[in-house]
Amino acid sequence: MQRRLTRSCFTAVAAVLALTCASGIARAAGDLFIYNWTDYTAPDVIKKFETETGVKVTLDTYDSNETLLAKLKSGSTGYDIVVVSSDFVPIFAKEGLIQKIDASKLPGFDNIEARWRNPSWDPDRTYSVPYDWGVTSFTVNTKEVKGPYDSLKMLFDPPPEAKGKVGMFGSPSEVMSLAEVYLGMTPCQTDTANMKKVSDLLEAQAPSVKVYNSDGIIDRQGSGETWIHEAWNGDAARTRAVNPDVKFVFPKEGVVGWMDNMAVPTGAKDPDNAKLFIEFMMKPENSALSSNFTHYASAVTGAAAHYDTAMKDAPELKVPDNIKMAFTPSCPEAATKLMDRVWTKLKK
Amino acid sequence: MSQKGFDWRRMPEYRLFSMLALVFLYAPLVVLIVYAFNANRVALIWSGFSVKWFVKAFGNEDLRRAAWNSIVVAAVATPVSTLVSVPAALAFERGRFFPGRAAGEALIAMPLVAPEIVTAIATLIFFEAIGLRAGLGNVIIAHTVFCIPFALLPIRARLREMPVDIEDAARDLYADAWAVFRRVTLPLLMPAIVAGATLAFVVSLDDFLITLMVAQAGATTLPVYLYSMLRLGVTPEANAAATILLLVSITAVVLSYLLANRRRVKA
Amino acid sequence: MAASSARRDRALLLAGPALLVIVVFMLLPMAIAAVYSFLTPDPYGGVLHPFTPASYVRFVYDRDLDDQLIFDTTYLQIFARSVVQALFCTLFCLLIGLPLAWYMATRPPRLRQVLVLLVTIPFWTNLLIRTYCWVLLLRDQGLVNQVLQALGLIKEPITFLYSDGAVQLGLVYSSLPFMVLPIYGALEKVDPRMVEAAYDLYADRWAIMRRLVWPLAWPGVVAGCLLVFVPALGAFLSPDILGGGKKLMIGSLIQQQFTTGRDWSFGAALSMILMIFVLGALMWSAWRRTRIGVAT
Repeated sequence: MQRRLTRSCFTAVAAVLALTCASGIARAAGDLFIYNWTDYTAPDVIKKFETETGVKVTLDTYDSNETLLAKLKSGSTGYDIVVVSSDFVPIFAKEGLIQKIDASKLPGFDNIEARWRNPSWDPDRTYSVPYDWGVTSFTVNTKEVKGPYDSLKMLFDPPPEAKGKVGMFGSPSEVMSLAEVYLGMTPCQTDTANMKKVSDLLEAQAPSVKVYNSDGIIDRQGSGETWIHEAWNGDAARTRAVNPDVKFVFPKEGVVGWMDNMAVPTGAKDPDNAKLFIEFMMKPENSALSSNFTHYASAVTGAAAHYDTAMKDAPELKVPDNIKMAFTPSCPEAATKLMDRVWTKLKK
Repeated sequence: MSQKGFDWRRMPEYRLFSMLALVFLYAPLVVLIVYAFNANRVALIWSGFSVKWFVKAFGNEDLRRAAWNSIVVAAVATPVSTLVSVPAALAFERGRFFPGRAAGEALIAMPLVAPEIVTAIATLIFFEAIGLRAGLGNVIIAHTVFCIPFALLPIRARLREMPVDIEDAARDLYADAWAVFRRVTLPLLMPAIVAGATLAFVVSLDDFLITLMVAQAGATTLPVYLYSMLRLGVTPEANAAATILLLVSITAVVLSYLLANRRRVKA
Repeated sequence: MAASSARRDRALLLAGPALLVIVVFMLLPMAIAAVYSFLTPDPYGGVLHPFTPASYVRFVYDRDLDDQLIFDTTYLQIFARSVVQALFCTLFCLLIGLPLAWYMATRPPRLRQVLVLLVTIPFWTNLLIRTYCWVLLLRDQGLVNQVLQALGLIKEPITFLYSDGAVQLGLVYSSLPFMVLPIYGALEKVDPRMVEAAYDLYADRWAIMRRLVWPLAWPGVVAGCLLVFVPALGAFLSPDILGGGKKLMIGSLIQQQFTTGRDWSFGAALSMILMIFVLGALMWSAWRRTRIGVAT
């Protein structure tokens, strides 16, 4: 009798404890608000994260770094993770819009490839962690335009048969940084004589250009609306799936490199969950899951082993080792003003 | 006496013109729907009828949430802005002079006149300055503000056209201001109010720049979601989502129209 | 007189809620923007303290690549181009909208309601998607070109897109209901006996349109023109997507200042200039109407 009572008491207490623990876990798990580009967060990654940690993830989207900057600068809060391009990380850090996370101290940091552990835009990874990275160059429709396909000259000084069939990005910094690579200049030019050369190059190219727009490139190149288009390598892979004639070019002058990084905004409500997500993304299999969705390369060692066949075989992701990759730093005010002036003059 | 056989209402040239105008209005819609049901991902190569994009759109939780947010915001901003516009229209059109009328006109037109990006950022800064953090409520307030001039103008145009003598006659028959409004002005004004509400609804559903800036975490609406999705070009799921939203709106309006008609027949 | 002052108070009361909403949630933010236009731009967005009219000066006198202050008509050109484009859009909307509204207003009541519904339904689809559907229709491999080629009317595809015409098409397309609905609202109550009387007096269709329909539609026309012209002035979607982003309009220029250009003060200043221009015209027309009201 006594033993049965003790056992039932014990079961009851155990049950109560279990219940409190369970609800306790649910309460401790909480929320995570991610703010990223649309179609850039793999749903599988979110599902896996939610199952493993019990954190409820809400995803919101924006269209450009500039919008994100304008929004955070105006005081908007509520987001726990934002994804920022490499040339914007120093700006966000300087303006106090993202907080220090000391990523080098987080578990799993050693998974990050050595070359990405101490980049110029975020020394010692104080503020951010790699999300993925890629290069900017151009794609060409090999059926319509004859080779050789080895130089940026084809984009900036197009052959006569491609007149009116060239497309460029819509953002001044991306167009001009590639132009600066072509002309062999360092990025973020403040020298007005050099900027004049850039301006002349773009003005000479303008009559051949059909559109200045960063959206819908896959559609335009895929359908043959344009034959030569400035492009990111991951999107080029997606274009090739639609139209096999479209080839991504690794030119001899070099390419523009960029990396998208995860950061935690100042005033985030769930910084611990944000760090949890960052640690989650530093694991090779999770990073690969994300890369399979975005079609961009992961910065985590060992992720490549988990890539799907499309990623493994993509020539666009096989960046030649010896190619010159110019990572655009965040430009000083003088450079931004110059770029803005050249751009307005171009579109007058 | 009207001539036998001549019906001035028969206007074949106008009919043709109107048909062409309607074709113009619906052309992109046809493309939209065809694209949404096309099994092929590439738009103009038809590979067979398929509802897989609708399934995919429904399965996309973020897309669903964004669409729902859009409907909620429009459903609240429209009646509020219309309700507020009706007395304002009366004030501008029937109350002849009141101090600061010109300033009032300018104020009411301001949401129309200001470039969206400036309104967007200034409103965000203002909301943060006063500490307003109502989530979707912030978006609703911002939408109500710019819906007001759109709802107001058709109502004002109609009021200006309406002869005052009917209202005066009612007043002569000892009706007080409220009765005049309720039983004379309002019924005559109804089509214009509906036109105003429709404009407000449309404008709210479409807005993305102001919403993009003002929305807080979790308050993304459909246009904002689609705007950044379009980096990759129009996807069939996006078209499917737009089609679903369209069908929902049509159903809602047709239902309310039928209900209103039923009531009128009974009376 | 007591009656008119009571009327005045009531008018204020009626307009009150609308004005209150706008004063708090529009005027105050705009005041912030106005203050920003006089501040110095922070290179990374936002503004810093020193007050300066430099942003307004920049509209007319800008620094060229050599940092010389020169009289620069670039921004004036962009402004003028946008005004012209918005005027054309309004004109086209009027040319299409007026006959359509008149046709709708003269149908039997059942058909009328169906037509109103038909005219508005396209606008319940997202504008961005509809604009992209125009891209699908008009581009070189688009439906229009495919049909024309299939019919044998043309050999090579015609480039419709990325031109001023395409931008106008997009603007007119997105503005049409804002012209049709107000005009329809004004014409809906036209007394058919008036029209019959006009016909009895041997008026032809053109005379009817000119001397009967047009004056009756006038308030709707004014409302419609306002609702079309003003947003068209600040539009940036159609110029960007259908125009290929090759020419800057004032809407895109202002947007640029808050994003890539990172000169919020200049963006705010441009907006103030734009708003003063339009509001000035609006207030002038409202004042004129009030004066005419006195005369009648």
